[in-house]
Amino acid sequence: MAKAVESPAFERQGLSDDQLRWMLRNMYMQRTLDNRGFQLNRQGKIPFATGSEGHEGIHAGAALAFARGKDLLVPYYRDMGLCVGIGMDPLDVLLSMFARGADISGGRQFPNHYSNKSLGMMSISSIIAAHCPHAVGAAYAYKLRKQTDRAVLCTFGDGSTSEGEWHESVNFAAVQKLPIVFLCENNEWAISTPRDRQMAIKDVVQKADGYGIPGVIVDGSDPIAVYRVLKDALELARSGGGPTLVEAKCYRFLAHTTDDDDRTYRTKEEIERYRHLDPVPRFERVLIEQGIITAVGIEESKKEVLGVVNDVTDRAEALPYPPAEELYTNVYEGTHEPWL
Amino acid sequence: MATTITMPQLGETVTEGTIAQWLKKVGDSVEKYEAFVEISTDKVNAEVPSPVTGIIREIIIKEGETVPVGAALAIIDEVGAAAGAPATAAPAPTATAGPAAPNGATPTHSSSRNGEALNAPDVLRRVSPAVRRLAREHRVELTSVRGTGTGGRITANDVLAAAREGPAANVAATIMNTPLTSAAKPSTPLPAGTSTYGAPVPGTTIKLSQARKIIAQRMLESKHTAPHAWTMVEIDVSDVWKWRSVEKDRFQREKGHPLTLLPFFVYAVVQSLKAFPLMNSRFTDEGIAVLKELNIGLAVALDSNLMVPVIRDADNYSIGGLAVAAGKIIERARAGKLTADDLGGGTFTVNNTGANGSLLSAPILNGGQAGIVTMEAVVKRPVVVDNDAIAIRSMMNVCLSLDHRVVDGAIASAFLVDLKKRLQAMGPGGTL
Amino acid sequence: MAVATSGTTTMNNVEAVRQTLYEALKADPRTLVMGEDVGARGNVFLITKGFIEEFGPERVIDTPLAEASIAGIAIGMAMEGLRPIAEIQFADFIYPAFNQIVGEAAKTRYRSNGDYTCPLVIRTPYGGGVHGALSHSVSIEALFYHVPGLKIVAPAFPADIKGLLNASIDDPDPVLFLEHKKTYRLVKGEVPNGHYTIPIGKADVKHPGDQLTVVSYGLYVHQALEAARQLEGDGLSVEVIDLRSIRPMDRTTILESVRKTRKLLIIHEDNKFGGIGAEISAMVAEDAFFDLDAPIRRLCGPDVPAMGYARTLEDEFMVPTSRMVDTMREMVTF
Repeated sequence: MAKAVESPAFERQGLSDDQLRWMLRNMYMQRTLDNRGFQLNRQGKIPFATGSEGHEGIHAGAALAFARGKDLLVPYYRDMGLCVGIGMDPLDVLLSMFARGADISGGRQFPNHYSNKSLGMMSISSIIAAHCPHAVGAAYAYKLRKQTDRAVLCTFGDGSTSEGEWHESVNFAAVQKLPIVFLCENNEWAISTPRDRQMAIKDVVQKADGYGIPGVIVDGSDPIAVYRVLKDALELARSGGGPTLVEAKCYRFLAHTTDDDDRTYRTKEEIERYRHLDPVPRFERVLIEQGIITAVGIEESKKEVLGVVNDVTDRAEALPYPPAEELYTNVYEGTHEPWL
Repeated sequence: MATTITMPQLGETVTEGTIAQWLKKVGDSVEKYEAFVEISTDKVNAEVPSPVTGIIREIIIKEGETVPVGAALAIIDEVGAAAGAPATAAPAPTATAGPAAPNGATPTHSSSRNGEALNAPDVLRRVSPAVRRLAREHRVELTSVRGTGTGGRITANDVLAAAREGPAANVAATIMNTPLTSAAKPSTPLPAGTSTYGAPVPGTTIKLSQARKIIAQRMLESKHTAPHAWTMVEIDVSDVWKWRSVEKDRFQREKGHPLTLLPFFVYAVVQSLKAFPLMNSRFTDEGIAVLKELNIGLAVALDSNLMVPVIRDADNYSIGGLAVAAGKIIERARAGKLTADDLGGGTFTVNNTGANGSLLSAPILNGGQAGIVTMEAVVKRPVVVDNDAIAIRSMMNVCLSLDHRVVDGAIASAFLVDLKKRLQAMGPGGTL
Repeated sequence: MAVATSGTTTMNNVEAVRQTLYEALKADPRTLVMGEDVGARGNVFLITKGFIEEFGPERVIDTPLAEASIAGIAIGMAMEGLRPIAEIQFADFIYPAFNQIVGEAAKTRYRSNGDYTCPLVIRTPYGGGVHGALSHSVSIEALFYHVPGLKIVAPAFPADIKGLLNASIDDPDPVLFLEHKKTYRLVKGEVPNGHYTIPIGKADVKHPGDQLTVVSYGLYVHQALEAARQLEGDGLSVEVIDLRSIRPMDRTTILESVRKTRKLLIIHEDNKFGGIGAEISAMVAEDAFFDLDAPIRRLCGPDVPAMGYARTLEDEFMVPTSRMVDTMREMVTF
């Protein structure tokens, strides 16, 4: 395989070819799973799907920087690629879409509300920014227990940074110098609210100054850059250096969910104007240019991913809904005697 | 004027304080608002300003002593207030005298905060669920229970106490529907198979059971209260009997109850009562109460106990309906399953004495009612019919005892004649 | 502080809270307390006085003035395996934390189907009669007892406080621990030495009787007991049940008592409309209708937002013992 001259812009940041290809595959997995969700929704098989097209670069880079078995991820509802990237089985994605009893929440949660204690993925609700104080609490526990090899990665969108509980969380983490990284996946939209109606500042990281913590902007469509920034921030956190606010810029190409018609608040032209930020074709081009993957390799990777997604789709669809009696379990520890 | 200084409440939940230091001694003068003592509590230490200008007359609590909020600490002799000065206003909150006790000033709570008053007439009149249930379970006749609750209300304990006096006591009240001295109330069903007599052996004295005592008492009361008068008619029931014979098998099959002469009779009685409302009334001190409801009691004899279950609003029933209602009620009576509701509220009574073969009876009025009527035995007899011919007809005597305070002979006879006409007009082809 | 393991010690309610917290922090390194002014100040009622000196600022956290995150951060700590005991300085300040308590803590176990749990205690002083005015006097239990996944306790005696606070700290699910501030120093009692727990969800018959059942909690339990003792002198027998737990609520004890006495009076400081007395009334009417010999009555707070600062307004809000006596007497003799 002829090796192209490394262009000065390309920095592999210590990542091997395998790791780089892993990131690309993760992006394919994310996009294919997302598409599968939309397909199933349009087939009438599932009521609801949320896409994360545009976030693939952030998720792949962050997943690689995350220390499996040590760190804790407290995600939000548009982090499917990141959750899969840190080890979640794609089957769980489909089980969640189909609301099967075998889903890790027993079919209780909305899709995209993943959790898995053994993987270090904290359970969340749909309430924006309500998970941020939890992430801070967990980081406090690491500090108290002097677990210096652990940090918390708390992710959220641009809209979250308006919520009071987000501010209270960052403030406390800063005051207490906790081992936590706040990652804002700024895709410029909170459903129909554009960034300039969400905040009076241009960049979310400007809020970091208000709390006395460092803020870093990174190009979210460049997974290697994201990886580098997060690796540094997580290391800083673990070593007692306190929190960082990372803002990964990207773009949300799809509507908020399948229930949202984004034609009511933005034009197709605008979406196309941002198409150059689409991380998948960009990373493909980079890897091909660097000779890390070939066109054939790309096709093979996509085919392999599709095979997996088809398999887990079939398996998940074949499983049953949770039985009705399970409505009453796990309200408290032990048996619950509701007044009926 | 002497002012007593008491221990202030120096915090929301503080209940006592300690004298840390007296800043004045006896005989010293003190200005209003000038600090004169230092008090410490487990929450806070504070200097307390004097509420008045004057001279310290007495120091009651020594330094280091702890007393509850509100206890007297010292006495200050107030010295002439400035001209035009207002009366001492309420002290500043931190020096409030007296504890914030929960039972302070009498509040003006509106009664609606308590729900409906327990002594509202509506509430007292009603029988509580517990009373109803206990009365049913213990077979207690509520009319015989004396209420010891508010306004004479029957309480659950009253019912239980009545039950403890023994079932016989309650059973005895079954005989008459209504005690004569109070408003119509239901009586208690007799358990099936209980006789109020022991074995009547000549030369022995049968001890009076409680039931028998009450029967005796009720009969006596009725006779002593209402002047009984008596009259009768004889009725040709041949046609109505034929009608009954034609229908009886089908009726039994379709309705599951026998079709006797009784429902035809009661139907006619009800119509006649409507025509002669005085027969459906009762004598009271305020006057003759002409009753609105037509609740016909049917005397049922069981083991020498007479029970009178009631068909309420009998005027709502057709002949067939009366047959079914009577059938059901008699079935329940025989099974010992009559409820208080079954025995309550009768306004007129029908007694089928003919079932025992009697031709004439002089019944005793039931529970303050104005009339009681009997159906005597139906007997085939030769009678004179149209054109002075003689025919064999089924004849039934009907006797009436009446309360002569309420009704006189003319009305009573007119009632009976009306009843006779109606019964004699019935025949096959009518509507059941 | 050496603690004998037998015998009892006399103490008031605030001391019972203090001691129990102290012993918990000493015994279990996973526990910590957090809230406004709990560290250097030792809490506005001096409950945590001396704690920060002994346990350090990492386990006695002076938080920023931010109730939502006091609850939310404690939730995260609990999900991660610590045993945080968070404090909301006055129950009147809990509203910003409502989202975290009801939307997050109560649902953690449920939404993760048992994968994550939330063993959290939130303590807060509530109740009036202390000239606290509109924002230092409210009762909040009615806002929260509706929520499955939460537990709520409101003990009124020092021995109950210790046992239930220990149980709350041990409990694997979130517990709202309500302390009536007026009883802090007003109520004294004997508290057994050593560690013990009282099960959450069990009421306590504080004064047996057979002519009327009175159900109450918090400050009014004490007044109800005083009223019952007064009536005892007149030969009237009133049973006073101290609910102790609001959720789960001890339905069995209430029903047993009502079946015995046939009459029920519920007394609580919180507003009558929508207060927990409404739930108890409905339950008893459903399950013991044929045992009732009188209408169920409730003596409660009026339907106004809060009690005013002026003494006359506060007194009008609060139910005096004399009124409890009158109502009890009326019901017993009904």
